[in-house]
Amino acid sequence: MELFWLAISTIAIGVFGCVAWFWGSNMILDTIYPPRGEKAGDNIRRANQIRPWLFLGPAILFLGLYLVYPVLDSLWRSLHNADGSRFVGVDNYTWAVGDSKFGESMRNNMLWLLVVPALSTLFGLIAAQLTDRIKWGNIGKSLIFMPMAISFVGAGVIWKFIYEYRDADETQIGLLNYLVTKLGGDSQLWLTLIPWNNFFLMIVLVWIQTGFAMVILSAALRGIPEETIEAAILDGASPLQVFFKIKVPQIMGTIAVVWTTITIVVLKVFDIVFVMTNGQWGTQVLANLMYDWMFRGTPDYGRGSAIAIVLMLLVTPIMVWNIRNVRKEIR
Amino acid sequence: MADLKLADIAKSYGDVNVLKNIDLDISSGEFIVFVGPSGCGKSTLLRMIAGLEQISGGTLDIDGQRMNDIPPSQRGIAMVFQSYALYPHMTVRDNMAFALKIAGKSRDEIRDATDRAGKMLQLTPYLDRLPKALSGGQRQRVAIGRALVRDPKVYLFDEPLSNLDAALRVATRIEIAQLKESMPDRTMVYVTHDQTEAMTLADRIVVLAGGGIAQVGAPLELYERPINEFVAGFIGSPAMNLLPGKVTAVGEETTVALAGGGEARVAIPTRAGDEGMPVNLGVRPEDMFETDGPALFEGKVDLTEALGEVTLLYFGTNAETVPVIAKLPGIHAGYGGRTVRLAAKPEAMHLFHDGESLLYRDGVELPPYQPRVASAG
Repeated sequence: MELFWLAISTIAIGVFGCVAWFWGSNMILDTIYPPRGEKAGDNIRRANQIRPWLFLGPAILFLGLYLVYPVLDSLWRSLHNADGSRFVGVDNYTWAVGDSKFGESMRNNMLWLLVVPALSTLFGLIAAQLTDRIKWGNIGKSLIFMPMAISFVGAGVIWKFIYEYRDADETQIGLLNYLVTKLGGDSQLWLTLIPWNNFFLMIVLVWIQTGFAMVILSAALRGIPEETIEAAILDGASPLQVFFKIKVPQIMGTIAVVWTTITIVVLKVFDIVFVMTNGQWGTQVLANLMYDWMFRGTPDYGRGSAIAIVLMLLVTPIMVWNIRNVRKEIR
Repeated sequence: MADLKLADIAKSYGDVNVLKNIDLDISSGEFIVFVGPSGCGKSTLLRMIAGLEQISGGTLDIDGQRMNDIPPSQRGIAMVFQSYALYPHMTVRDNMAFALKIAGKSRDEIRDATDRAGKMLQLTPYLDRLPKALSGGQRQRVAIGRALVRDPKVYLFDEPLSNLDAALRVATRIEIAQLKESMPDRTMVYVTHDQTEAMTLADRIVVLAGGGIAQVGAPLELYERPINEFVAGFIGSPAMNLLPGKVTAVGEETTVALAGGGEARVAIPTRAGDEGMPVNLGVRPEDMFETDGPALFEGKVDLTEALGEVTLLYFGTNAETVPVIAKLPGIHAGYGGRTVRLAAKPEAMHLFHDGESLLYRDGVELPPYQPRVASAG
């Protein structure tokens, strides 16, 4: 009960604080530069230059505290030894270059990067086009979108059951092995099958992200002017030609945004691998490797931070490109 | 080279009938314009010819071949859309070439066709640009070029000029007229709500109203011999004045006593027994002139609009009825508030009973239409 009141009062203070800040700072600004009297025009102009900074201020402050500071701290740690007591220069990075697990993680991340955004976008595009055309399309859409509501950990657990292994003489509780044995095959330890197990993990993320791709692309497809499609039909284009030569090129910008957004999710992939294989059997990825060095056994903050920095450097350019694309789309 | 035959065409969405009993023969090489108020179904009719809308009833023949279930691309038609409907990701040349590429034409053939269309429409310098780098008028020309390269038997235009500004509209209208002249054997069907476009471009105008055809005829025929009050009001600007009255004398010419007090002799025959029949006398603003003699209409000018070449006089703008308008040539300063007496020539007036013109009464054999020459008097 005490906890409940603590939560309620935190929310109240937070909300009240925000309102008080925006209202109060705005009022003070208007007192300093009153929008009336002889210099009303000048005052309004000056106040308008200051006002955005007042309103943005808290956001900038907290983003700085929780985003910029950790990055700087990680950078500092990545240049120090395991417990941060001694400066070691780029030793942690040179270690990473030579480390076989790091190499494996980089390779796997690249593989994820190629497969997951491509498949998610492709399936999303197909689903968007097909569900727009059929009567029960909205139900289909909801079903495809539903995995988006499941956390990656939850999805990992669900799919772990699908890949679950039992000996041939036991009842198969894994869906995949059940089907395989029904068809006369032998049950498999799917998650240990190198290199296929990587793809079995990727399917989980494709399953989740297809819904996202579908929703965004469906909206884009609907935004295409109907006349261009009618003109193409009059020009003799078949439905497939209309789709690939008229519709897809017109939503290329949105496809790029979807693709890069999923790419960023993929680069950060952690939960699915953590839950399903924990990086064993050749399925390690950067985020999970970082977690291992940071928090498993004897923590090595230096190496963990170095991996984190590499991950950040990989994501940043795609992020910048993505934001540019989104802005272009908005315009 | 292609004639169209629309027989008892109907269109309905569920229980709502949008169009019904549309019968129309369009002969090869004709320029036909569909006009009508918004929602009269003129665009729907065009889209049915194009194959973009299902035909709910009746048959559509092109060159004697039933087209109801033939896909749009095989009907030998091309369409120009109001919104241009250019493919935004393709250059001007690719926009025009798209249909030919789909049809599997050779590269040389495509190049020749697009070059020719580009030259014809003065688009040569823009062939490698994207549509977004073109002005509205240029875009519309590309849309026309896209139809042109396919060399269709029938061109369909769906309000192609309504997105252009006034000056460009006139220029493009003339271009379309010239285009038609250069292809005398191509049939064109053109939808517009702009009567200037209809009057200037059409060989025949089809006036659509209330889901059916009100009248079909040459532009001046519709202007001079409107079949009913709707067509009379729709063709001509400002609209024809309708003055209520009663027939007082019948014969080769009819005398009408107007409710407003005036009297008019109209060159429309009436029969014995028509005396006392309530009619609306139709007289176009531009057919009215000032007179010292017997007046058709007398009233105080409430408002004037001086346009330079003509002056519009408005009578009865305060009343709840439609104001009477007169259009006098030239400049008439200081007419506001003045009382004016107006008359019109007997052959320039129309008579409507129950909304229908007395010219087209049952059993009357109308001589073929001859335009009335303006300088006759």
